[in-house]
Amino acid sequence: MWTWFHKLASPPHVYRIAGRLTPWFGWTAFLLIAAALYGGLVLAPPDYQQGDAYRIIYVHAPSAWMSLFIYVTMAVAAAVGLIWRIKLAHAVAASAAPVGASFTFAALATGALWGQPMWGTWWVWDARLTSELILLFLYLGFMALRASIDDVQRADRASALLAIVGVVNVPIIHYSVVWWNTLHQAPTVTKMGAPSISLTMLIPLLMMIVGFNIYFLAVLLIRVRGEILRRERSAGWIREQVRA
Amino acid sequence: MSAVAQAVMRPTTALHAGWLLFERDLRLAMRRWEHVADPLVFFLMVTTLFPLALSPELSRLRDVAPGVLWVAALLSSLLAADTLLKSDAQDGTLEQYLLSGQPLTLLLLAKTAAHWILTGFPLVLVSPLVAVALGAPAESLDTIMLGLTIGTLTLSLLGAIGAALTIGLRRGSLLLSLLVMPLAMPLLIFGARSSELAIGGHSAAGPLYLLASLLVLAVTLAPLTAAAAVRISID
Amino acid sequence: MNPQDFFAMGGYAAFVWPSYAVALLVLIGNVVLARNAHRRAREDALRRTARQEETS
Repeated sequence: MWTWFHKLASPPHVYRIAGRLTPWFGWTAFLLIAAALYGGLVLAPPDYQQGDAYRIIYVHAPSAWMSLFIYVTMAVAAAVGLIWRIKLAHAVAASAAPVGASFTFAALATGALWGQPMWGTWWVWDARLTSELILLFLYLGFMALRASIDDVQRADRASALLAIVGVVNVPIIHYSVVWWNTLHQAPTVTKMGAPSISLTMLIPLLMMIVGFNIYFLAVLLIRVRGEILRRERSAGWIREQVRA
Repeated sequence: MSAVAQAVMRPTTALHAGWLLFERDLRLAMRRWEHVADPLVFFLMVTTLFPLALSPELSRLRDVAPGVLWVAALLSSLLAADTLLKSDAQDGTLEQYLLSGQPLTLLLLAKTAAHWILTGFPLVLVSPLVAVALGAPAESLDTIMLGLTIGTLTLSLLGAIGAALTIGLRRGSLLLSLLVMPLAMPLLIFGARSSELAIGGHSAAGPLYLLASLLVLAVTLAPLTAAAAVRISID
Repeated sequence: MNPQDFFAMGGYAAFVWPSYAVALLVLIGNVVLARNAHRRAREDALRRTARQEETS
């Protein structure tokens, strides 16, 4: 069992396995997302209140979910790397960040696009969108710190600490933003709640979320491979494996 | 090695070492007033910008006064945060702290306390003048000062984390601001709300308690985190 | 349902389709960027280790 765990932390091993797994995850994600698109855009009926505009939920909700899930993943990986000094964990954190940031951007953009027909303005300072915006700042800070430090080890560890501080703050930030939002007039139109969920509406949404998650795994594996190469000093396995 | 660095290295209680460092930072700052004056002047100028940009009418300014006060305090604190560790890092004193065998957490807490007295406390002292200039009624001033005291203390502690993470980096000051700002947003929300309630003549107890809880969290966790960050940045 | 109705999205086409376009952009963009990053890292690593081999 222990040798399995040790292999898991061994870069050349992970590099090879990641390369083999990526196509599987990639194509699975592609099929799931395609199916979810069909279900959400074609099969699901229009919503009673929001008409066809609610279909934005099929890209907004999964993006928002991924933005948060990836941040937590990033922070956990960073913490593992910091506490147990596992380089691979730092590689995972570094790889996850840009992907998470892009999903946060997508959540904000689709949120605004959904908001305009529903509330009449392109941007509303509602609790969820504001929290997403602050999350984007947390991602960007993490990436900026990494980029500013030349030494990979210091960059790994400093950004890991920042990620841990960030993840501890996420619930605080979320609570304070919700509190702030309920004080002042919330948007007069009712909150952007999920439409009354019928199964034909729900299933494509769940499929899309699962698809996004598997997609994230695929992209993560690709990026981690690059990060492994950046951190590896010894020539041996690189010349053997990488050219193959 | 300076006398204080020597004293800190001598086998002495951690508390005493912390106190020495606290005194030393205050004394050093007395020789270089600009470190103290800069954040203060910045605060005063930023708060002056808003009447110029918005309106000379006090009734209009009163509405934005809480936001202006707190955003200006936040920006001043971020600007000042850089100075917490910069000189010590440059002349090698920071490494001496690491080698001294004293708990780095306590040393950083002492330094942050001194730093607050030099950069945050002046803002609190000046805030009644600024608040009145922005239309706040006299009855609200004590609550405003209390809120800003708690808030600037927390900001100094958060700034210490940022300063420790960005030691020696080019454009470190800007990066520090970017890193700390999201963390300071809850503080801003609660703080501005407390001042807003005070100006409106209501009790600000709720947000003040929330602010205080943020401070407690910061006091317990920030020096520890900053110490870890110093080790990461220096080793 | 005819194609025209589908694309009209009940009058909300101007909001629905750009949303899906953003999502598609993000999905494709991430893959492209990741693969580029890996390629660059691979080239750098090969170049780095080639020098090592030469000196050994």
